[in-house]
Amino acid sequence: MSVLLETRGLHKRFGAVVAAKDISVAIERDSVVGLIGTNGAGKTTFVNMVTGYLKPDQGSVRFKGRDVTPLHPRQITRLGVGRSFQIPQLYDSLSAYDNVVVALGIALRNARPRWLARGPRLVPGYGLPLEEAAEQVLERFGLAEFRDRPAGVLPGGVRKLLDIAMTLALKPELLLLDEPTSGVSSEEKFAIMDRIMRAVRGSGATVLFVEHDMDIVSRYASRVLAFYDGRVIADGAPAEVLADPDVQLYVTGTRTTAEGAGHADD
Amino acid sequence: MNTDKRTPLLLLSSLLALLAVGPLLPEWQFLATLALGKGLVVLGLLLLLRTGLVSFGQGLYYCLGGYAAGVMGHYWGVTDATLLLLAAALVSGVAAAVLGLLLARYRAIFFAMLSLALSMILYGLLAKSQTLGSTDGFNLAPPTLLGFPLAGYEGRYALYSLACVLAFLAALGLHYYFRTPLGRLATAIRDNEIRVEYLGASVRGAVHVKYTIAGVLAGLGGALTGMTVGHIDPEMAYWTTSGEFVFIAILSGTGSVAAPFLGSFIYELVRTFAYEYSPNTWQLALGAVMLLIIVFLPAGLWSLFRRRQGGAA
Amino acid sequence: MDMQLAVLVDGIIYASWLFLIAVGLTLIYGVMNILNIAHGALYALGAYAAASFGGFWFSQGYPPLGSYGALVLAAIVVGLVMGPLIERGLLRFMYGRDEIILLLVTYALFLILEDVIKLIWGVSPYIISQPYGLLGIVELGGLIYPVYSFVLIGVTILVGVLLAWALQGTRHGKLLRVVIHDRELSQTLGIDVRRYYLATFTLGTMLAALGGALTAPTVSVVPAMGVEVIVLAFAVVVVGGLGSLPGAALGALIVGLLRSAAVHYVPALELFAIYFVMAMVLIIRPRGLFAGEQARTI
Repeated sequence: MSVLLETRGLHKRFGAVVAAKDISVAIERDSVVGLIGTNGAGKTTFVNMVTGYLKPDQGSVRFKGRDVTPLHPRQITRLGVGRSFQIPQLYDSLSAYDNVVVALGIALRNARPRWLARGPRLVPGYGLPLEEAAEQVLERFGLAEFRDRPAGVLPGGVRKLLDIAMTLALKPELLLLDEPTSGVSSEEKFAIMDRIMRAVRGSGATVLFVEHDMDIVSRYASRVLAFYDGRVIADGAPAEVLADPDVQLYVTGTRTTAEGAGHADD
Repeated sequence: MNTDKRTPLLLLSSLLALLAVGPLLPEWQFLATLALGKGLVVLGLLLLLRTGLVSFGQGLYYCLGGYAAGVMGHYWGVTDATLLLLAAALVSGVAAAVLGLLLARYRAIFFAMLSLALSMILYGLLAKSQTLGSTDGFNLAPPTLLGFPLAGYEGRYALYSLACVLAFLAALGLHYYFRTPLGRLATAIRDNEIRVEYLGASVRGAVHVKYTIAGVLAGLGGALTGMTVGHIDPEMAYWTTSGEFVFIAILSGTGSVAAPFLGSFIYELVRTFAYEYSPNTWQLALGAVMLLIIVFLPAGLWSLFRRRQGGAA
Repeated sequence: MDMQLAVLVDGIIYASWLFLIAVGLTLIYGVMNILNIAHGALYALGAYAAASFGGFWFSQGYPPLGSYGALVLAAIVVGLVMGPLIERGLLRFMYGRDEIILLLVTYALFLILEDVIKLIWGVSPYIISQPYGLLGIVELGGLIYPVYSFVLIGVTILVGVLLAWALQGTRHGKLLRVVIHDRELSQTLGIDVRRYYLATFTLGTMLAALGGALTAPTVSVVPAMGVEVIVLAFAVVVVGGLGSLPGAALGALIVGLLRSAAVHYVPALELFAIYFVMAMVLIIRPRGLFAGEQARTI
């Protein structure tokens, strides 16, 4: 299996707080990786460093073998990394449809030299004109009924879905989802994840998702990384990681004594 | 985002109506040409406002455009109106493209302040430059079009028509621009810059392009005003001139590319009457109207039209 | 040698005037995050009120030296009337909206106040030059200066010191700094934010009016005298750092000395110099020379 994303010794400090300590992981193509850990464990910092929003103090990020550490988020996005947000980042005054049109429009613009634009312009990966491709995205995510409503007034679950739909619309090779089911009712969680995974399988993306709900993690992840205090304290198959004493003590809270746990504090 | 397919039709019929009405009301042509000139500047502000930016310095490009046209005639004997407009667009466009590199990094009041400072720099230079007439400015050589002077009954109508066509083309161009991927980024940037970057577009680049377009439009407006009035002075770059444009932009709202021209017409009309009948309360009325719009009609006067049409968007 | 002295003295006199017109602006921005364009009109209002109060004083044949009191009283009255009127009557409905919207609101207010002045005082100029000549002149390095200019420097230093003491040394000043630092936190601490906003705006208005009142004897008081002042004040506060008191002092000194140097050496660059330094500071250090590092917003 080929490695799609690799981080080497990522280190990040905010004042007195160390948010990342020597994070070195390799993510294989086509895997679905769950990132778990308590708040402040460094998961979002990790996502922000991978996508170029934060620059690590030390270490590097390689995507498809290329060092992307010094690049801006927009450049990393263009290379094929998509990212959704814990708090949906939408264009609140635009309709759901226009939100998607903006996203696809950028893809269209980035896909070809601006001054050579000739003939019918088809969105890459869709083979459709902008408007039709946008309709297809809304349809695929079950958002068609919200098409003309401003994103700012949509209910929380729909906003979440729209946020992810916009990210996936660009057909990224690596998809980073920051808490895709947070702020969503427990009944909706699986529905959202099913929809995401279906879309992912359609486009063949590798997925990294931050998640607090262990049921979701066990069901969808093929591999789990457990974060604690800025470090990865466990890495492996879901069942294996969730059974790890350190993880049970520091992450899932299913164990309350340090008995059997050990190396997380060193 | 305006998906109104009727906008081009509305613009075209407005153009034809203006061209038809012109000869019937020759005494209004002067005022209308001025309004169209200011409308062009405000059209540029509309583009910036949709991007979430307020410039208190569009007078910079308005003034540059006016002086570009003036210097062409005064020093090089070029009087053809289309060449003067071209020169104005070029000078203001280059200036905006260069300064835009700096301004694209700024938002909110810092954008407003820096644009104001830059425009005051030009004012400071022109007000003290003897060769360009200091604070008095200078008179433009009478403009011509295809060799015919733009004076007298026909000449004035020709200048008015030129203004109408220019305004039409600018509004139509901007209408289609807002439908391109880059144009659509205006509202997107206003709403959420982080998302724009995370979709793979450069916010700074997009702002830079929009600022340059706004600069070109302001330059065209300045040249048109200079040709109409026959005189230019550094006051065009003073902050109160820029403030006037901001006022008209707020009055017009950002709902349609036609709104800036409607707003300018109303503004010039009211101003003409107010100067005559109530010179000392005219600004008071302006200020009060501006407050009312900010509080009750945040989308500007244009939103009234929309509401009456049953929210056709 | 004399030229350098002249540049220095003129620069300091001009700087003290700049500080006086800008300090209220920076105070209001610092506390309320309102960049108040109407500050220029309030300055003009202070000048007109001073012309009226001063004129009345002299017409009654009161002792001339007391006219300085009349000028200051005019500024206090303008502050006490206009401050609460504007803050309670208009601005408080706008809190929480974008800074840029508030900028537009104060621009509208500026337009309104300019005409209010014309309605009250008409458009003919007012002259209240007696206080300017009253204290005589002083010779300095072969150049002649009115003593009034040095009084102005004294007043400016006094205002600066009093404000610094009020902010750093008094209980209310300390609470105000809590309000500046974190509005929500201060509310949970039981601080009545509204009262601090009202007091700040009134004080800021009073300072604008004081600037105008003390300028009135040196110029002819005309409509639109606030138009130029507001952009100068912007330049000063931007150079020093919006919302910073020492920043306003530093900004005033830089702009004052620079303009004075330009006037003496390259008169053509007088205005250019002021706005050029304003633009340069915005480009190199947007939050001003005196501002601390800010967290990035995007």
